[in-house]
Amino acid sequence: MLALILKKPKAVAGLSLVGLMLLLALLAPWIAPYDPLALDPAVSNQAPSGQFWLGTDFFGRDVLSRMIWGARPSLLIGFASVAVGCLIGSAIGLAAGYFRGWVDAVLMRPVDVLLSFPIVVLALALVAALGPSLFNLIITISLLFVPRFARVVRAEAMALRELDYIDAARVAGQRPVAIITRHVLPNAMAQIIVTCTVFMANAILVEAGLSFLGVGVTPPEPSWGNMLAEGRNNILGAPWLTTFPGVMLTLTLIGFNLLGDALRDILDPRLRGLHS
Amino acid sequence: MSAPDGLLLEVNDLAMRYAVRRRSPFEARRYVHAVNGIDIRLRHGETLGIVGESGCGKTTLARCILRLLEPTRGRIVLNGRDITHAKGGELRAARRDMQFVFQDPYASLDPRLRAVDLVREPLDALSTLSRAEANERAIGLLEKVGLTRAQAQRYPHQFSGGQRQRIGIARALALNPKLVLADEPVSALDVSIRAQILNLMAALREELGLSYIVISHDLAIIDHVCDRVAIIYLGRIVEQGEVADVFNRPRHPYTQALLAAVPHHDPRQRRRAAEIVGDLPNPTAPPPGCTFHPRCPKATDLCKRVAPQTTTTDGHDVACHHPD
Repeated sequence: MLALILKKPKAVAGLSLVGLMLLLALLAPWIAPYDPLALDPAVSNQAPSGQFWLGTDFFGRDVLSRMIWGARPSLLIGFASVAVGCLIGSAIGLAAGYFRGWVDAVLMRPVDVLLSFPIVVLALALVAALGPSLFNLIITISLLFVPRFARVVRAEAMALRELDYIDAARVAGQRPVAIITRHVLPNAMAQIIVTCTVFMANAILVEAGLSFLGVGVTPPEPSWGNMLAEGRNNILGAPWLTTFPGVMLTLTLIGFNLLGDALRDILDPRLRGLHS
Repeated sequence: MSAPDGLLLEVNDLAMRYAVRRRSPFEARRYVHAVNGIDIRLRHGETLGIVGESGCGKTTLARCILRLLEPTRGRIVLNGRDITHAKGGELRAARRDMQFVFQDPYASLDPRLRAVDLVREPLDALSTLSRAEANERAIGLLEKVGLTRAQAQRYPHQFSGGQRQRIGIARALALNPKLVLADEPVSALDVSIRAQILNLMAALREELGLSYIVISHDLAIIDHVCDRVAIIYLGRIVEQGEVADVFNRPRHPYTQALLAAVPHHDPRQRRRAAEIVGDLPNPTAPPPGCTFHPRCPKATDLCKRVAPQTTTTDGHDVACHHPD
């Protein structure tokens, strides 16, 4: 698996970008040169220099340190909400796609309702109702991805249930739940992993969007989204305030998308090879 | 355990129809009668062949008997138990007596399970054996069908088609079933492998006292492994009897045409029979009367109006107005 990833330049690029962001987030307390919250009016709005590599903001806080610390909420919210969304959404999708009939109808109607809202509108409404906190953000973004996972996994389960080896499991006397956990889920796993990677990029983007709109990560805690929001009033006078968090966000999204793309290429033909 | 009349399987008037998708809600509902009133009686230890061309309902029949499908009409009695509408635990219990060998050994084995896990699956689901005992039994079965203990740990894609079909057979035997259905068990295999698999199935029948229902379009295979044969045309049995009887003295024109189509190594021995013309009619609108009449060289007015009843002489059934 790893050998296959290393053979594809797309996969290597994606994995490196994602790995870099993960390292920044994990090692933030050790590699950030300054306290990301420390105010110093003496060095307000300084351009990048030897002392402050990426400059300082209006309050004199170090942009590089804030940017490194800002990777934490993005990645944490991305991972947590994709994990929760994937678990619940996959369970719904597997049951709906395998059983069809009334189970499908009962499970998928609420999913369709959730899907009919635009992402940002639904997210704003939920955060407004729950109140902004890291935990509520994760709940909100998870809820956005539950129906999306359910759709993807349901389609996969519907395709798999028609295969001979599922009938073979029924003839062998397996219970439906055992058929789903032993045969449908393992064979849908490749698709689920790829979907997780792509949705991770989406989740991070939603988090940044909500933080930008002021209902995500609450200042003074840094996040790429709220750094962009704070810097946008002075985008011409102090472009370093918006450029660097924007670049980080873009690189992270590109990283996850490249990785997802490459995983799709790697997992699909291999799966076809196993089936035929 | 066995039914008092010695019958292992009794199928009465079995029918399965599929609704055809309508183009608008105002269109009349139409159905394909894939299986349309089939009777089968199978004694313990007997092997029945089912023959018919593509689309005649062979596979639907097998899937109904196995209860992968629920028939729309009729009755299936396995070993004295009516399983026509069995569900849940009752249906799973019936699986102990009845197993299936799939046509395609590539599609019917889960690519993510090892050979030993595949053979163990029926035991995990339906037996009270411990994990270790089930493992030993699974490996024993794989050895019985000619694979080695080391091969038991391999995944399906590491086997050839013939070896995969051996795994499928071992899996079907795991629960000591009384009846094994096989849907074209060798049609996906190389010709050179077919005899091996058929001989294996025959040997296992002797050793374990199995009954088989073998579905095939290949008359030589039926001749090789079956005691009795049923010829199906458009969802109905047109002729049924001992293999020797039916193959030597076919009474239905369709059977005669099928047999005449088998190439013979000696040109002088080739049978001469009127060949059937045309294709299988549209199954959503089968012809009235005898469904075979549009293709039958002997068809008369009677055939166009009245569906023939099945008549039996010396255990040889035929459904034709003008049998030989």
